[in-house]
Amino acid sequence: MSTEVAEAGRAEAVRQVGRPADRFDAPEKVTGRAKYAAEFPYPDLAYAALVHSTVARGRITALDAGAARAVRGVIEVLTHENAPKMRPLSRLNLGSFVKGTNVDYLGTDQVHWNGQPIAVVVAETPEAARHAASLVRVTYEELPAKLDFAAEEPHAVPQKGNAIMRSAADKGDAHAALAAAPVKVDLRFTTPPQNHNAIEPHATTAFWQGDRLTVHDTTQSIAFLRKHLAMRFGVPERNVRVLAPFVGGGFGGKGMVWAGTLLAVLAARATGRPVRLALTRESVYHTVGGRTPTVQRVALGADRDGRLTALIHTSVARSGGMPGQVTAASRHLYAAETVHLRQSLVDLDLLPPTAMRAPGEAIGTFALEAAVDELAWELGVDPIELRMRNEPERDPLTGRAFSHRMLREAYALGAERFGWRERDPRPGAMRDGRWLVGMGVATAYHPSLIMPAAATVRLGADGTVLVRCGLHEIGVGAATAQAQIAADALGVPLESVRVEVGDSDLPAGPMAGGSAQTASAAAGVLAACDKLKRQVLALAGPPLRGRKPEEVQARDGGLHVGGSGMTYAEILAGAGRDHVEAAVKAGWARFLARTARDGRRWVRAASGAQFCEVRVDADTGEVRVSRWLGVFDVGRVVNAKTAASQLRGGIVMGIGLALSEQTLVDPRTGRVVNPSLAEYHVPVHADIPRIDVHYLDDPDPTTPLGLLGVGEVGITGVAAAVANAVRHATGRRVLDLPITLDKLL
Amino acid sequence: MGVTQIRMKVNGVTESLDVEPWASLLDTLRERLGLTGTKKGCDQGACGACTVLADGVRINACLALAVQYDGSEITTVEGVDHPLQQAFVRHDGFQCGYCTPGQICSAIGMLAEHAAGMPSAVGASGLTEDEIRERMSGNLCRCGAYNGILDAIKEVL
Ligand code: FES
Ligand code: FES
Repeated sequence: MSTEVAEAGRAEAVRQVGRPADRFDAPEKVTGRAKYAAEFPYPDLAYAALVHSTVARGRITALDAGAARAVRGVIEVLTHENAPKMRPLSRLNLGSFVKGTNVDYLGTDQVHWNGQPIAVVVAETPEAARHAASLVRVTYEELPAKLDFAAEEPHAVPQKGNAIMRSAADKGDAHAALAAAPVKVDLRFTTPPQNHNAIEPHATTAFWQGDRLTVHDTTQSIAFLRKHLAMRFGVPERNVRVLAPFVGGGFGGKGMVWAGTLLAVLAARATGRPVRLALTRESVYHTVGGRTPTVQRVALGADRDGRLTALIHTSVARSGGMPGQVTAASRHLYAAETVHLRQSLVDLDLLPPTAMRAPGEAIGTFALEAAVDELAWELGVDPIELRMRNEPERDPLTGRAFSHRMLREAYALGAERFGWRERDPRPGAMRDGRWLVGMGVATAYHPSLIMPAAATVRLGADGTVLVRCGLHEIGVGAATAQAQIAADALGVPLESVRVEVGDSDLPAGPMAGGSAQTASAAAGVLAACDKLKRQVLALAGPPLRGRKPEEVQARDGGLHVGGSGMTYAEILAGAGRDHVEAAVKAGWARFLARTARDGRRWVRAASGAQFCEVRVDADTGEVRVSRWLGVFDVGRVVNAKTAASQLRGGIVMGIGLALSEQTLVDPRTGRVVNPSLAEYHVPVHADIPRIDVHYLDDPDPTTPLGLLGVGEVGITGVAAAVANAVRHATGRRVLDLPITLDKLL
Repeated sequence: MGVTQIRMKVNGVTESLDVEPWASLLDTLRERLGLTGTKKGCDQGACGACTVLADGVRINACLALAVQYDGSEITTVEGVDHPLQQAFVRHDGFQCGYCTPGQICSAIGMLAEHAAGMPSAVGASGLTEDEIRERMSGNLCRCGAYNGILDAIKEVL
């Protein structure tokens, strides 16, 4: 997308964009008509269930499926001995980008983690499949396994970086500066593994007709999944159709292709039946990676005025999956004189981790922002004031310009709205009966990315508009946002725009990830609208003929120049056309070139200021979050209603990260011991207060429409704001998440 | 093992079904009757996505066997016609929508429980925000739409 197109889009998009329009898909969702991946009926549907390994590392020496096969209704038990082989991953195929693991499921007798799927039962009913799966008997030759993150941490190796994700940085000699600093903190933080726990568990319904495959899957990567399946099953891409009209939450957990999807497709091929594999919650934990645990060190040195002379942030995380950017925020948030950043990884024999909402940033900002708060205590300076003293004018490491930076404004507005001045700075000084009250702040930060997206826009002679893009309706209101954008670009009412999403037969959309879906699709849709207007102008008579899109105004269902204009209906009727259609393709080469170019010019990110009030029970140590306010700089907001919901959703997940969430892995066996929503505690209604969300709504000058992305920035900084509020309430600094009551006693 | 014949009125329609004794009400609704509006988030009573109304009382359909509800009237989201639904839309009481049918059925059941005098741990005298939060805490929303859900429920009080 050229800058000119972005400019044209910005000039016109002022009517629908920004409005809190109701979601287009809302009626389907409140009546139960919205269909998710496990809900598409097929005659002759068979049901599958997984058998999981019970050792972490080893070889299957015997697998007895006799009892399972004898269960009434069982059609087939697929194992490494009888399953059809999948094709290997190819480095040259873009579909490999979304591999969840490297394991060749049912193609090997090797076991790589405790819980790896080693057999699939296909049966006439879900009950028969699950029961039979429990009857498969397996014996193993066990091999030694590395399972304990804490024990392996000293053996971490440096994480490799790339052009987008960098993993190390140095500016000056930070260790010497730290040693010489008159005021310093040097803290070691730990964060546990976590799981996404989208309320819709992973599910796939797969159906082969000859060598044509139809897959209903709960995915954040429709286009990549299609490539991946074509590669693994050896059929042309055009033979694979992925349908995902609705996705029941993902948060990164549905970005990669995991065992369930592949094995449903494999089972359908092996049995010649349509197969549904709806994972149990426990199977999701055993087959879909989660957030990596980390150990982090943040050391800060400052002069007596609080100006940072040294910033050291190092992290150890797990290898595999998407490497997180744990120290990313430390590159950009503070004007420290010297900086030292390192990220390293340890290898374990566990299911590889994957991206989970703001993968590195959610936990990296916990450590950084808690350390900054602790430095404020050391200095006796207000924590907001300390941040403002170190707020950089340009990117601290590279000297590049920020495309947008409004942290000063965010803190000023937040402090006023939250009543920060009422905070008594002494620890434990604000008491309300048995409750110790504390207030904390932290900075939110998430880089902003725009990925390639194709789109078509079709304008009918009746003035209706159809936008087609393979987006993911995963909760963000994807169709609604793009309709608002197209309505403004073409000057038509919102009601006359329809948006088709969730189908690999549509022009390929971006992944729903990296907070990039809306902005990426907007670039495609705006470019298509621009192209469409050129075509319409070529059909029009005077005074429009020969004009460029930039010279006309799109409004009132037509194009106008000066005082006069024509409706689309008039133009198309005059030209004898019943519609006009424009398409733009996703250019990967252009994407890479633009990303590299933009990265040399600007540092671009969404950011914000998180304000938290907690109440800590003075006797039990129980922590309740009692108030929350976030002020965000996310560029322009497309839909004030759905954007606020996404930001709130991030904060809610951040409160879970801070106070209750952890996946417990038995370090002796590598087994997840709490693979259920009963024992993995996500926040419930009673845990969540009013969350007051504000945005500065100032368009970023370097992106289409000025969007910066809202999906992930909301979770960043949250855990630190909670920890900082707890520090204020109790005087206690908790360094390892989650902040459970035992850590405050 | 044999099957049992049961009769249930589901969303006003009488259904006669042969069910295996271990078939859950949830699987029966979703897989046998095609009523997929009721969701499965955990299949073990921890998330509330499967909440339906059985003779007007909210229950987790995943923890119920179909045979237990022989002769009952079941209402799923497909059979709900309540101002709450519009209130959920207005207040954005959801994102992905997967927990939504359960939230809606649960809220309807919760209002009836409260009207019937059923106490809660909060023990407020009316349906305060804290009361609603407490009474709705069996319905998880991982998208974090709790504020919108609360506002939607308050609107129909
Ligand atoms: S599916 Fe019934 S409570 Fe979760
Ligand atoms: S709307 Fe997604 S879980 Fe509640």
